[in-house]
Amino acid sequence: MKKLTSLMAGAALALGLGAAASAQDDSFQVGFVYVGPIGDYGWTWTHDQGRLAVEETYGDAVETVYTESVPEGADAERVMTQMILNGADMIFTTSFGYMEATNNVAARFPDVRFEHATGYRRDHDNVSTYSARFYEGRAVMGHIAGHMTESNIVGYIASYPIPEVIRGINSAYLHAAEVNPDVEFRVVWVYTWFDPAVEADAAQALVDAGADVVLQHTDSTAPMTVLAEADAFGFGQASDMLQFAPAPRLSSIMDQWGDYYVRRVGEAMEGNWAQADTWEGIGDGMVGIGEMTETIPEEVRASAAALRDSIASGAYHPFTGPINRQDGSVWLAEGETPEDGPLAGMDFYVEGIEGEIPN
Amino acid sequence: MVIDPVTLIVALIGASTPILLAAIGELVVERSGVLNLGVEGMMIIGAVSGFIIAVNSGSPWLGFVGGAFGGAVLSLIFAILTQYLLSNQVATGLALTLFGLGLAALMGEAYAGISPPMTPDLFPEAMRDIPALGPILFGHDLIVYVSLALVAAVWFMLAHTRAGLILRAVGESHEAAHALGYKVVRIRVLAILFGGACAGLGGAYLSLVRVPSWTEGMTAGAGWIALALVVFASWKPWRALLGAYLFGGIAALQLRLQAADINIPVVLLDMSPYLVTIIVLVLISSDKTRAALNAPAALGKVFHASG
Repeated sequence: MKKLTSLMAGAALALGLGAAASAQDDSFQVGFVYVGPIGDYGWTWTHDQGRLAVEETYGDAVETVYTESVPEGADAERVMTQMILNGADMIFTTSFGYMEATNNVAARFPDVRFEHATGYRRDHDNVSTYSARFYEGRAVMGHIAGHMTESNIVGYIASYPIPEVIRGINSAYLHAAEVNPDVEFRVVWVYTWFDPAVEADAAQALVDAGADVVLQHTDSTAPMTVLAEADAFGFGQASDMLQFAPAPRLSSIMDQWGDYYVRRVGEAMEGNWAQADTWEGIGDGMVGIGEMTETIPEEVRASAAALRDSIASGAYHPFTGPINRQDGSVWLAEGETPEDGPLAGMDFYVEGIEGEIPN
Repeated sequence: MVIDPVTLIVALIGASTPILLAAIGELVVERSGVLNLGVEGMMIIGAVSGFIIAVNSGSPWLGFVGGAFGGAVLSLIFAILTQYLLSNQVATGLALTLFGLGLAALMGEAYAGISPPMTPDLFPEAMRDIPALGPILFGHDLIVYVSLALVAAVWFMLAHTRAGLILRAVGESHEAAHALGYKVVRIRVLAILFGGACAGLGGAYLSLVRVPSWTEGMTAGAGWIALALVVFASWKPWRALLGAYLFGGIAALQLRLQAADINIPVVLLDMSPYLVTIIVLVLISSDKTRAALNAPAALGKVFHASG
């Protein structure tokens, strides 16, 4: 395995300092572009677990390279181009913010296959997108949060106002409000995926505002340490974060990319890779629900598990009407479930959530 | 829902301390005429070495000492390269940051997800429980007071002591200082080591108190903010304190405004720390003569005794 480990400060990247790997074309080469460090034990770590699964499955037939902490934007194009010039046949770009860069580079290299996580643009035949139905997991977390909060204030550390994050907030809120009509959500937008100090500050601000359960949609474990100190509860994000169990970590929503990465790399190696838009959830194993600790009352654990299983089997959709938009207009009628298209582009809060989505 | 000013101020002080420590160190370095852009690297080395030592020894205090030591050791590389081998300071500083980030990731690999020993508050509970004033004045750990003492000490040293005068002389004109018989290189190396120790201490504060855990890349740009702060402060210690608390205060306030559901556009809140920084910089630099006079004249210039 060749590692392309380079931790690059944004400023240094801007100056064009990059790392290079030697070209090697005898095996199928797969490049991974990461938005944070693998050591975040969150989002990027889970993608790297997927990369390791690819290596384990195909052994010497495949070679993987990766670059960590790549800023979203033009720098990502440079990193991808560098990987391709060094022989990459396939590239996974693992953050929403690489959407433009991925499609730009894909236009220049039609023979290279691109897989863009959580995006929706497939401008060229060689670009696929994939994502997990995280909102299914958020429903279970929301259910538990609604039961566990005593102040009836649930905090939510949100990263960027993109559909994926908004969908998560809505799903968590709906299922918290279902079991606890008095629950109130406080959302703090931090505009970063990974900045432990800011995430910790946000958690502290939410605790100071009265929240006793905090959900996070950022990648580091920093909020957990704050919650531990404040005797509040939280949930593992992306990875299991089991080191914070049994409290403050009550359960977790885990990203499991391994099966998908192994499948797609296999298809590409055999030559039958085709453009696709993949969106899989708990049922397909792309979203995992971490062990629910004994801090959660037994009956809540049981009802949460039942919710998880009914979502996995397809019997229940987390967005099942009647659901109104924040302004009171009807989004879904009684018993109605959304098509994937509108769901993927969700850009509004559901009724009951206070505050405005920044744009 | 209103914002509690007491918790806000407490949060602001905690949030500002790492960048304040790094900035006051860099201020001394720059006053001696050296531009070290490796603050981010020294901070993260301080964060990881402080964390490792604190976890293994069980003592946060040893951790802080270790963090300062780690930062100083890294800055020694910079000192040797720029002062003895006369390398370019900007390039060396950037390289130091890259090296520090990578080395810290390597050193800290086994330490992710561990909790460090708790850093106790300095004052007894009774004092901290005084309404309003208690948490603000007495509700912190030793390092917060150390950072304030450092600001005062650096100010006093620069403004009122012979050592400070010599340091400034070296920073304004190393040729003249050299002609007077001062050891320019030795003074600068000491300043660089002091800067490294301060940055390392700031990093250790991040990993031991503020977050508190070790995560790769956890400084996330704090070192760059510290560098900007030195310019913002126009190389004056008390202004660095003001700048750090202003920056930290606005950052803490905007999160609280969001958490309190107060209807102000979030985008505006998120950019407010940077916006205020820019506004203050513009105000300061509008007085052209003064801002120009304040930058050490020999900043970033290579010195060789033969010249």
